[in-house]
Amino acid sequence: MAEMTTKKNRFQNGKWKNYISYIVIIIFLAILIIINLTKGLGFSDKSTLPRIAFSCILAVSLNLVVGFLGELSLGHAGFMCVGAYLGCYTANVLRTSGNIPELVTIILSMLVAGVVAAVFGFIIGLPALRLKGDYLAIATLAFGEIVRCIFKNLPFFGGAMGMSTKLYDGNTLFIIAFITLLFVVFCCQNLINSKHGRAVVAIRDNEIAAKAMGINVTYYKLLIFMVAAFFAGMAGVLYGATIGTIRQETFSYNYSIEILVMVVLGGMGSINGSLIAAAVITWLNITLQSQLSGALAPVKSIVYALILIIIVVFSNAPAMKGFRESINPRNWRKKTEDAGKIKNDAAAWDRIPTKIRMDDPLSVDTRTTYADSPVPPDVVVKNRDELYVKEETGKEEE
Amino acid sequence: MAEYLLETQDLGISFGGLKAVQHANIKIKKGQIYGMVGPNGAGKTTIFNMLTGVYLPTTGTFFLDGEELKGKTQEQINHKGIARTFQNIRLFSNMSVIRNVMVGLHNQPQYKCSFLTSTFRLPKHFRVEREMREHAREILRVFGLEEERNALACNLPYGQQRKLEIARALATNPKLILLDEPAAGMNPQETADLVRIVKKIRDEFDLTVLLIEHDMKFVSTICEELTVLNFGTVLIQGDTETCLNDPEVIKAYIGG
Amino acid sequence: MAIAINGLSLGAIYALIALGYTMVYGIAKMLNFAHGDVIMVGAYIIYTMCTFTWNLGSMPIWLSSLISFVVAVAVCTILGIVIEKVAYKPLRGASPLAALITAIGVSYLLQGIAQLIWGADQRTISILDRLGTVSLGDVVIKWSAIITVVVGAIIMVCLVLFIKRTRTGRAMLAVSEDKGAAQMMGVNVNAIVSTTFAIGSGLATFASLFYLPITSVSPTLGAMPGIKAFAAAVIGGIGSIPGAMLGGVLLGVVEVVCNSISAVASYTTAIEFALLIIILLVRPIGLLGKKRRVKV
Repeated sequence: MAEMTTKKNRFQNGKWKNYISYIVIIIFLAILIIINLTKGLGFSDKSTLPRIAFSCILAVSLNLVVGFLGELSLGHAGFMCVGAYLGCYTANVLRTSGNIPELVTIILSMLVAGVVAAVFGFIIGLPALRLKGDYLAIATLAFGEIVRCIFKNLPFFGGAMGMSTKLYDGNTLFIIAFITLLFVVFCCQNLINSKHGRAVVAIRDNEIAAKAMGINVTYYKLLIFMVAAFFAGMAGVLYGATIGTIRQETFSYNYSIEILVMVVLGGMGSINGSLIAAAVITWLNITLQSQLSGALAPVKSIVYALILIIIVVFSNAPAMKGFRESINPRNWRKKTEDAGKIKNDAAAWDRIPTKIRMDDPLSVDTRTTYADSPVPPDVVVKNRDELYVKEETGKEEE
Repeated sequence: MAEYLLETQDLGISFGGLKAVQHANIKIKKGQIYGMVGPNGAGKTTIFNMLTGVYLPTTGTFFLDGEELKGKTQEQINHKGIARTFQNIRLFSNMSVIRNVMVGLHNQPQYKCSFLTSTFRLPKHFRVEREMREHAREILRVFGLEEERNALACNLPYGQQRKLEIARALATNPKLILLDEPAAGMNPQETADLVRIVKKIRDEFDLTVLLIEHDMKFVSTICEELTVLNFGTVLIQGDTETCLNDPEVIKAYIGG
Repeated sequence: MAIAINGLSLGAIYALIALGYTMVYGIAKMLNFAHGDVIMVGAYIIYTMCTFTWNLGSMPIWLSSLISFVVAVAVCTILGIVIEKVAYKPLRGASPLAALITAIGVSYLLQGIAQLIWGADQRTISILDRLGTVSLGDVVIKWSAIITVVVGAIIMVCLVLFIKRTRTGRAMLAVSEDKGAAQMMGVNVNAIVSTTFAIGSGLATFASLFYLPITSVSPTLGAMPGIKAFAAAVIGGIGSIPGAMLGGVLLGVVEVVCNSISAVASYTTAIEFALLIIILLVRPIGLLGKKRRVKV
């Protein structure tokens, strides 16, 4: 009996959210493979797909830092840069040394890329222990630029000309890329949904209290920076295999910002959101780029910029709150129990959700909620405490 | 085994030229419920901050169970056995109630589990998670919060948030628990409930309690001994009755 | 000597841009990533106006250049206010990160529009360069560098006086300290924020004028000085006006000195940013930043 309730609750409480990304990625990959085998994917699709995959990896890993740890990092492309150079260099060395199977080569090179990037993640994690907010943002940005500047001047990495590596065949690359993505999503989800993830979110929510609870803030900050850097390094190898020539200009702070945009638009602290946003933005970018060329090329950045501004203003402006709520599908269902629950990522936006929540059932939601509410309004107002209990129990998990 | 669980020796701190606390000598026996009272700005919370490693004392030192803890970090002090609550509630507000308590359980040796174990979902991860959840539920049961365990912490009524903070501190398995104005903002009924809970956790969990409170009725009901502070110095120490009837104390409070 | 003057002049440019960053940060608590692109727009306006008026040929060159510059200042000031009203004001009260993202959006937008109007190719124009050079003994110094330093210094003194002495300046200080309290004390916060953006953008136009002799005009002109000035503002302690000046001058001198030594010239950017990180590690709030104690 007890066992059954737990199972049922687990399903109701949105644990499926953790698995849906795997399912979607696997189905997507399966469909692609089938299409490729029967009809054959177009050349542009074959180059777009790996890009989507490594953008997703970058966004998910950056989300660990920005969304879950709550530190603003603008140097993610720097880790990718380190990974791309070191990983592809390793791959080149392995390939010249002879009989190593290609699969082992790519796995080994990703591993090397990840480890070296993680070392850099440790280095940049150190300032993160002392710096806060915007100061950390500029420090990470500076780090990215330093890395880029150094790689530009190292002759055995090709210098300003870039380093060439094996350009992968489009038929296998997208499969490798998506399997890597699956691995990264698996690791990130598991890490976040564990006691360690809880500690990290506790640090984000209230660092002082986390310290007072004996959470080792130093350890977790460094850990998250290193894990994020590790995955970014792996993405760097995929990037090298997609492009064929690694050029340091790619990894400028603009690229870091682009990844940050994916994370923010997808929703801070939402891995699924990051995946969707990264896929859509990358696709949009590539499509705009291929459709608008020559004199129309700037239109691409204008369209991109306008979409960005409109989405952010719409989804964050305090003045838009009423409108947002009116189109929120959750309010269509008009269930009282939904009034108090805010998606985790939405809550991450403003760290003081109390303001919103306390007023929700009384003011903003009055029209939508009370109309079909089983609880008459006067009762709600009188026994506010009771209302909350009813709303919340059995909601989050277990 | 030291005679006193907590002993401060000449503890003092100054911010710039301001001597916020001077010559604080507080001795708390094991198992006591000890109170710290005084007007606003007397330095009570500052003492808490020194005891938990938020501030480094400029003079003096303090011992927990005979071990000097001055100069240790907040995390280390917590591991040594001092847990606290905050005057302005500091819950992990975007987490559910039970997860708040589970964060408190994080460092208990029996729930050790490396991040790789969790990431690759080895069997140990599931066992640890299950046991932590069970343990957290037990703690919540003591506070009557079991029903609310899946609510978001920030959605709890104020009084329950205060209780949750104590529950979370208790989860770190401390020897000494510091409660900063636990009854603030509670109605008389809730306060009475709190008295019962504090006594209960003291007995059940083998705790020593040091608390700051302005509600004198609460203090006189629950505290066995008191330290009265005024302007950063100790005005009087001793058993509750004597302290509260001391003319100096009354003068400090009502400014006679 | 030449290095010193060149360093100071680059430093003055960075400081002028950094002031824009720091003032906006102080008042609106957001990083205005589009600030660098305002410089770019200023440069393009100056370029266009100058080539246009020079071709007319009816005015002396100095007068037409001056008119072009004034027009550029006016356009950028208005641009600053418009950006604030359209992109940032709706987000006041939302997460600072949201404002940061729109700022990035505005930055892309300005670059895209500039590229659409003027094309992607680089153009050069000499305005201050026309003044030639002056030789003191052996060293030859550009007049443009000297003017940059002198005018930069005058502007900064004026700005400090403006903030300390005028009503609007004090209102700015009040708003940066506590927006809500300032509003309750009768300060028109909207007006103050607009003024801040206007001043910041106006200063940016000065920076574009002074930057023209050492660069060519292109849609990405603002990116690098923008990011370096941002670094300068942080080095000095973001939100602090003297800090922005100090940070700007420091970074400018370091850049010119590093560029003059051939062994490290290619690592200049890395050295500058490493300097930033080191300073932040020693003083996490920047050189002149104000420390705020978190109350527990």
